[in-house]
Amino acid sequence: MKNAIAPLVILALIVLSIVGYSAAYTVDETEQVIITQFGKPVGEPIVAAGLNFKTPFIQDVNRIERRVLEWDGSPHEMPTKDKTYILVDTFGRWRISDAKQYFLRLRDERSAKSRLDDILGSETRNAIAKHELIEVIRTTKDRIPMKDETLEDAPGNLGVLYPINKGRAKIEEEIFTKAASKLTDFGIELLDIRFKRINYNSSVRQRIYSRMISEREQIAERFRSEGAGEAAKIIGKKEKDLAEIESEAYKKVQEIRGVADAEATKIYAGSYNQSPEAIEFYEFIKTMETYQEMLDKDSTMILTTDSEIFKFLKDIEPSK
Amino acid sequence: MNFQSKEIRIDWENFDFRRLYGLLLIIPVILILAVLYTSIYTVKAEDIGVVQRFGKLVRKAPPGLHFKFPFGIEKVTMIPVERQQKIEFGFGTTGATNSSQSSNIREQELERSMVTGDLNAATVEWVVQYRVQEPELFLFKVREPADTLRDISESVMRTVVGDRTVDEVITIGRQEIEADALNMLQSVVNKYELGLSIDQVQLKNVNPPQPVQPSFNEVNQAQQEREQLINVANGEYNKEVPRARGQADQKIQAAEGYALKRVNEADGDVSRFNAVLKEYIDAPAVTKRRIYIETMREVIPQLGKKIIIDNQASQVLPLLQLPTN
Repeated sequence: MKNAIAPLVILALIVLSIVGYSAAYTVDETEQVIITQFGKPVGEPIVAAGLNFKTPFIQDVNRIERRVLEWDGSPHEMPTKDKTYILVDTFGRWRISDAKQYFLRLRDERSAKSRLDDILGSETRNAIAKHELIEVIRTTKDRIPMKDETLEDAPGNLGVLYPINKGRAKIEEEIFTKAASKLTDFGIELLDIRFKRINYNSSVRQRIYSRMISEREQIAERFRSEGAGEAAKIIGKKEKDLAEIESEAYKKVQEIRGVADAEATKIYAGSYNQSPEAIEFYEFIKTMETYQEMLDKDSTMILTTDSEIFKFLKDIEPSK
Repeated sequence: MNFQSKEIRIDWENFDFRRLYGLLLIIPVILILAVLYTSIYTVKAEDIGVVQRFGKLVRKAPPGLHFKFPFGIEKVTMIPVERQQKIEFGFGTTGATNSSQSSNIREQELERSMVTGDLNAATVEWVVQYRVQEPELFLFKVREPADTLRDISESVMRTVVGDRTVDEVITIGRQEIEADALNMLQSVVNKYELGLSIDQVQLKNVNPPQPVQPSFNEVNQAQQEREQLINVANGEYNKEVPRARGQADQKIQAAEGYALKRVNEADGDVSRFNAVLKEYIDAPAVTKRRIYIETMREVIPQLGKKIIIDNQASQVLPLLQLPTN
C-alpha cells in the first residue's frame, strides 16, 4: 500500500498543472486583456504586459489590440463641388482607447472596420462634395511656384497654381474632427485620416490630357515663332549694321579725301599764286605738260615754218 | 486495443524500480539539451534582439551570443536596426529580396499617377529609404508599420506634388520635392510613432502621362528649333558684319593713303615748280624757250604724222588727204 502514494502524487500534479494553466495567462506588449466571466466583462482591462492570473475555468481571456491599427479605405468615385468626378482613396489610423466599451459594442475588429468604413467613408464624401477639386489637391495657400525661365510668360495658365481657401490638410482635419467624435462611442480613438490617392476618373482624365496637350502645343508654337522672330531680328540688325558700317566708311573716306584735296589745292594755290610771274609761268608749264599728255601717235600735226620750233628750218635768220 | 492490456499493465507489487534507472538517466540529458536549445540565441551584427518575458518587454540584446529563459518563457524578436531598407512606389525592381519592397503592377499604376497643383496630371515614381531606429516603438506601437509607412509615403508625396506645377514636378522642382517630402514624411512618421528614421526620399522617373508625352517632347523640339534658327541667323550676322567692318577699314585706309599721296604730291609738285620758277624769274625768256623746245622734242617724235609746210604755202592745205579715222 505504501507504493500507492506515487500515482496519487502524479495525479495531483496533473490536476494542479491543469488548474494553473487555466489560471495563468500572459499579456503581450501589443495587447490588453478583458476578463469575462460567463461572457460578462469583469473588472478593468489588464494593460500591463507579463504573466497574470485569473479564476480558472469560469473566466475567459479576451485579447484586444493595444497598438495603433490601420484602416485602409477602398477607393471610391465621388464628385467634387465643381462636379469633377474623382477617385478618392483614404487611409486612417486608430486605436482602441476604451477596451471595455469596444468589447461591448463591437466585440471584434471586423465590425469595427465596418463602422469605420461607414463613418469615414461618408465624412469623406461630404467633405469632397463641399469643396472644389483644387482644395483637396493643394495644401500651402501662399506658395509661389518656381518658374522654368524657358517657359516664361507662356500662354494660358501654365506655371500658375490655382488659388485655394483651405487646402488638403485642413479638409483632412475637418473629416477627422467630425469622424472622431462619432467613433468615441465605440471606444475607438481616431488618430489620423489622410487622403492617400486622389485621381481623375477616366473620362475626366481624357479631358485633362487633351488640355495638357493643347497647352504644350501652344508653347511649342510660341517657341517656333519666337525663333523665327528672333532670327528675323538678327538679320535685320545685320542689315542695319552693314548699312551703318558701309555708309560710315564712305563718309570717312570722303572726308579724308576732301581734306587731302583741299590741302593739296591750298598747297598748289599758295605756290602758283605767289606772284604774277608765277601765274604766268604756271600757265606755260601746264600747257607744256598738257601737250605732252595730249599728243600721241594718232595725232597729226601740221606745222608751218613760222612756228617757233621750225622757224630755223627754212632760214637761220627767220624774218619776222 | 488488446495490446494495451498486455503491455501497460504494471505489477506495482513486484516492480523493480532499478530497472528504470538507465532509462531515467536519459531524461535529464534530453532536458538539458532542450533547455540549451531554447535558451541560447545569437543576435546578428545588423540586428538587435528584443526579449519579452511572458509578453512583457524585459531587455534588448546587442549582437552576440545570449541566453534567455527556456521553453517560451522568454521570447526574442530580431529587429534589423542597422540595415537600410527600401520601398519603391510606382515601379518595382525585379528580383528584390524583400517582397514587400514594391506593390503589384496594377497598384504601381495607381501609385504613380498624381494630380498637380495646376490641375494637370503627372506620373511620379519614387523610393523611400529608412531604418528602424526605435525597435520598441516599431514592434509595439503600430500593428502594420510597413503598410503604414507605404500609406504615409503616398499621402505625403501627393501632398508635395499637389502644391506644385506640372513643370516643377517634371523638371525644375525635383530636388525641392525630395527635400520637402523627406521632411514631411519624417514628421508624420514621428507623429505616428513608427520608430523609423527616414534616410532618403528619391524621385525616380517623373513624366507627364503617356498620352501627353509627345506634346511635351514637341515643346523640347520647338525649343531646339528656336535655338537653331537663332544660331543660324547669328552665324549669318557673324559671317557678314565683321567682313564689312574689315572692308570699311580697308576703304578708310585707302582713303588715308590717297590723302597722304595727294598732299605729298602737291608738296612735290610745288617744290619742283618753285625751283623752276626761281630759274624762270632769273631768265624768263630763255627758260621759257628752253622748256618749250624740250617739250616739243618729246612731243613731236611721238606724233603719227608730222606735216611741215612753208609759211607761204598755206594754200596746200586743201590738198592734204587727212586720214578719216
